[in-house]
Amino acid sequence: MNSLLNIIWLGLKELRSLVSDAVLVVFVVYAFTLAIYVQATGTSSEVNNASIAFADEDGSALSKELINAFYPPRFKQPEIISPDEVQADMDRGRFMFVVVIPPRFEHDLRAGRNPDIQVNIDATAMQQAGIGSGYIKNIINDRISSFMKRTEETGAKPVNLVVRKLFNPNGVSSWFKSVVAIINQITLLTVVLTGAAVIREREHGTLEHLLVMPLTSFEIAMAKVWANGLVILVATAASLLLVVHMVLKVPFAGSVVLWFAGVVLYLFFATALGIFLGTISRSMAQFALLIILVVLVLMLLSGGSTPVESQPKWLQYVTYLLPARHFVSFSQVIIYRGGGLTAVWRQFLMVGAVGMGFFVYSLALFRKSIAVSK
Amino acid sequence: MVSAVSTESPAGASSRPVVSIQDVTHRYGKVVALDGISLDVPSGIMVGIVGPDGVGKSTLMALVAGSKKMQQGRVTVLDGDIADARHRRAVGPRIAYMPQGLGKNLYLELSVYDNVDFMARLFGLSPEERKARVPELLAATGLGKFAERPAGKLSGGMKQKVGLCGALVHDPDLLILDEPTTGVDPLSRRQFWSLIDDIRGGRPGMSVIISTAYMDEAQQWDWIVAMDAGRVLATGTPAELMERSGTQNLEQCFIALLPEEKRRGHKEIVIPPRAPGKAELAIEAHGLTRRFGTFTAVDHVTLSIERGEIFGFLGSNGCGKSTTMKMLTGLLPPTEGTAKLFGSAVDAGSMEVRKNLGYMTQAFSLYGELSVQQNLVLHARLYHLPPDKAKARIDELVERFGLGAHLEALAGDLPMGLRQRLSLAVAVLHGPQILILDEPTSGVDPVARDSFWELLIDLSRKQGVTIFVTTHFMNEGMRCDRISLMNAGRVLAADSPQKLIEARNADSLETAFIGYMEDAIAEKARTESKDAAAKDTTAKDATPAPEAAPPPPPPAHRVDRAGLRLRLGRLLAYSHNEAIQILRDKVRLAFAFIGSALLMLVFGFGITTDVENIRFAALDMDQSPESRAYLEQFSAAKPYFALTPPADSSDEALRRLQSDDVSMVLEIPPRFGLDFRRGAGPEVLAQVDGAMTFRGDTVEQYAQAVHNRMLRDPASGFSSASARKDTANIEERYLYNPTFESVYSIVPSVPALLLLLIPAILMTVSIVREKELGSIINFYVTPTGRLEYLLGKQLPYVAIGMVNFFILTALALVVFGVPIKGSFLTLILCTLFYVAATTGIGMVTSTFTGSQVAAVFVTAILTIVPTIQFSGLLQPVSTLQGGAGVVGSIWPATYYMHASLGAFTKGLGAGLILRDVAFLAVCVPVLLGISVIGLRKQEK
Repeated sequence: MNSLLNIIWLGLKELRSLVSDAVLVVFVVYAFTLAIYVQATGTSSEVNNASIAFADEDGSALSKELINAFYPPRFKQPEIISPDEVQADMDRGRFMFVVVIPPRFEHDLRAGRNPDIQVNIDATAMQQAGIGSGYIKNIINDRISSFMKRTEETGAKPVNLVVRKLFNPNGVSSWFKSVVAIINQITLLTVVLTGAAVIREREHGTLEHLLVMPLTSFEIAMAKVWANGLVILVATAASLLLVVHMVLKVPFAGSVVLWFAGVVLYLFFATALGIFLGTISRSMAQFALLIILVVLVLMLLSGGSTPVESQPKWLQYVTYLLPARHFVSFSQVIIYRGGGLTAVWRQFLMVGAVGMGFFVYSLALFRKSIAVSK
Repeated sequence: MVSAVSTESPAGASSRPVVSIQDVTHRYGKVVALDGISLDVPSGIMVGIVGPDGVGKSTLMALVAGSKKMQQGRVTVLDGDIADARHRRAVGPRIAYMPQGLGKNLYLELSVYDNVDFMARLFGLSPEERKARVPELLAATGLGKFAERPAGKLSGGMKQKVGLCGALVHDPDLLILDEPTTGVDPLSRRQFWSLIDDIRGGRPGMSVIISTAYMDEAQQWDWIVAMDAGRVLATGTPAELMERSGTQNLEQCFIALLPEEKRRGHKEIVIPPRAPGKAELAIEAHGLTRRFGTFTAVDHVTLSIERGEIFGFLGSNGCGKSTTMKMLTGLLPPTEGTAKLFGSAVDAGSMEVRKNLGYMTQAFSLYGELSVQQNLVLHARLYHLPPDKAKARIDELVERFGLGAHLEALAGDLPMGLRQRLSLAVAVLHGPQILILDEPTSGVDPVARDSFWELLIDLSRKQGVTIFVTTHFMNEGMRCDRISLMNAGRVLAADSPQKLIEARNADSLETAFIGYMEDAIAEKARTESKDAAAKDTTAKDATPAPEAAPPPPPPAHRVDRAGLRLRLGRLLAYSHNEAIQILRDKVRLAFAFIGSALLMLVFGFGITTDVENIRFAALDMDQSPESRAYLEQFSAAKPYFALTPPADSSDEALRRLQSDDVSMVLEIPPRFGLDFRRGAGPEVLAQVDGAMTFRGDTVEQYAQAVHNRMLRDPASGFSSASARKDTANIEERYLYNPTFESVYSIVPSVPALLLLLIPAILMTVSIVREKELGSIINFYVTPTGRLEYLLGKQLPYVAIGMVNFFILTALALVVFGVPIKGSFLTLILCTLFYVAATTGIGMVTSTFTGSQVAAVFVTAILTIVPTIQFSGLLQPVSTLQGGAGVVGSIWPATYYMHASLGAFTKGLGAGLILRDVAFLAVCVPVLLGISVIGLRKQEK
């Protein structure tokens, strides 16, 4: 009972300290509002405004038709270059795609000779190159067939494939990115707040002061966990409602309560990570360097940047131990696909287990570091 | 440039003042540190500026030394306006300045010799001069034995001596020492002063200005400036001042000089004798020892303190006082020995013991961001006082400690004296039997100190509270019932102060203390010579008495200070210094090398856009040979698609899509086979998981591709003549990366990010760190130019960047198997310019960030965002528009990424990369120029 009271009083103190640190408050507000918006609407993996050029050696009506088929916003207005400039322009990175239409293209097509049309792709621009070349192929095929239809009758296709995208029918990338941005901010800020709280208390000497009072290190740590966790939880809720739901208009398919239950589980891991880093670093500066390494790794491997399935098999086993990966995964299930507890209990269990294990370990380390503090 | 330095006649106190101060006012925000001071300081003598902490002494000294920027007024030093940069540069070599704080301007990772040598290089001594001068000075200060020890591992007194050597290395005419002996043990203090006397003996013309908070020290100096609250109270010789105020010593004199309202209520402290009674032991320690590694902080301390006694612990910083206290409070478990409070053993973590304890730590340790009231209430709650009792107790304490007027003020905003009273109020809130106070009065002015002691005496005599207090003020020691003198972890003697003085036949406690210290050193020397241990450099505080060698004479000649060679020398001195520091700082070193390799691996393996093995399920509602043939085409499309067990219903299909078990479901309608045979063109529905947009788009493309190939391939059975006829043969040429694997594009791009992020952060930290720790003062007060400073610091980081480049290249070649197809030599050249530019970005951010944490985060955000968004890592620069396009076109990473991709994957020759090289080469001087303009040569 006394212990619980201690945790509550110390946690309230923690909240007061946080509120009085204007820089940190501004940072938290920025991170959960503007930063989310910018990340969600910034660069996209979709093909957008792609630079394209044509080397038209045919100069026929069909080739003009093909060139006119490419227009903004998906492609930039195509430029016409001469065939011998293709390589040099690609080398300089002027265009992502250059389409070369050979001489007598339309003529050969009409004669049923299936003429070649060459699409040069800068394959070092990975994300856009693959999808973009797909678009180009489809557009060229469609234009050719509709062009030919105008002149002669052709039959319907024997089989049609209709693709329907579920959960995000129009493929709006901000839906996915906004949630990944929130997840990244939860990771970063929980670690920063909790770790900074530990270091600040140690640097100011107040930690020693607390330790000569009848308080245990468990109570001191728990107070930091609930207070900082609560701040992040509130910020997350506000961000989800204001930025993601109201501004970006991302629909929430599943249960909000269920998702927040998952967030709470994840916070165990993130606060523990903060305590861990705050304990092992001797100064704020070291802490800042460590955070950059740790948080970048967590963000990149969580599956929020690129799909987890694309990682090498051995790395997938390693990242299976990262709570961040399961967080991204169950967030997708709940928020977009509307999955219930039956769909996510495995991820919940994993986040809870790893989070708790690390939490217990960090507490033990925290206690030990205090015992030998000089 | 003034090359004549020691030409003035060194004839004692000349009539012209060495420093003349006129109407100087200095503010920090709203706080007025100096309030319209005017003062002429006579030259050629020893001048003391006395007053407690926070009265503006340090500000005044920094202004005189030219290290702080003048706000208002005029200070003339050595016949010129110190606000004039040209004059500063000219007289800089004649002034030596040692800032406050033990070893504040030392580099703690550097050895004693390197520290002094570094200063000598900055002042342009030739290598021969340095080789002669540095050892001479070290010998004269008794530091010769410790020349190779890192400055961070010295005791406070020794650090101050190293600082003094650094200050004296260039034979200054004006020596400015800011509180050089605060926190130093009495013996070292005495040695320090005799050293100054010796030096002055050798250079009679030298003027010395010293500040101190110990009034007794100033007693012997030639001329005193007494300061309080940013104003000068009085000036004159100590004798004059005491005569004027009719007092016996400077401390009393100082109190008498204070304005009336400050003195009000102050009276001489009277300590009533302790009531004789049965002596119950409150604190007992037996053979208490604490070791940290091989270093013994506390060495067999035995003591017993009676209830109600005021027991003092006297000693210098780092002598083991605080460690002893921590063992008594249970904060730190002893390595050996036992501690008991009221007969019960102190176990680390014992709650009962803690309830009986009140503790006040060295630094102010309450929550500065909470108000006085909130601090008191928080502690009442943590001690679980019932609310009504807590309120009564708080009211009582507020009344008695005079905190009533400040209840709503933030604790951090209180003046020192009040803060200490609040700390004490918090410490006694729960009515403890024992109070343990660790240097409660450092930095508190004499009046506030006396009122604090009145409270302590009251607690001891009226309430029987046992008080254990540490201090380095001798006159506070005199107020204790008993004291123990501590040095180097050992108690030298313990008794009542009077008896200790009598036992040594000394005239003061200080002399007695010094006597005990000398005995201990002699004793140690005897045992050591008995052990025949010829050299024991691990002995911590074995400060030998200074050798009687006269201080070295000034060098016979000086070389021209303006020479390019000298500038280069200073530049290299900074490079050398920086290189040693980073090699000895494990965290930064690890960040520099392991950090980039780790991130390279994570990026290389973790960021990949190769979507493969997409799990899909079939919902075949037809089950005809045709439907099976159609599905067969998809499962054969390896490695893109991987078939999973079929779904039985659309519900099950949806559920599996929801739980991410599959990413696509192919739904074949009933009568598919029949419709196909009839030529009715049946529709197959592919339901694709679009939650992760990039993956969804890719899956859609793959599905379309498989389907279209089927229509054209006669062998599939689904092709039609018309589909084959009217189509062009679209030939895709994946330039530079024929297999279209993302590793060939990601791996060469990542170095552009890492060689920007890591060198920029390290560079900015190295400069901001100096600002934060104070060693940047060496740059302020030496003739070092801005360009020399920046370039000197940059060189080691450019080298680190290049080493990183080779590490990253090796990883790309060996681990990821990405070959270099283009011109590697051009890439190396490009990298050299690139890291010079990226360290330049770190320099620029260092000009506007004040703390290391801010520097790291600001630099990280400023470098990561444009590099990822606008330099072509994720999105080709050619597709950027508007502002993003502009940023992309001037951001160095854009050009390096093009060069790196060009050299690795695209196989571009030197010619195509040269444009990038040229742009980066232009960036270097631009960034350097901005940093030079932004870097201040004086503290604000």
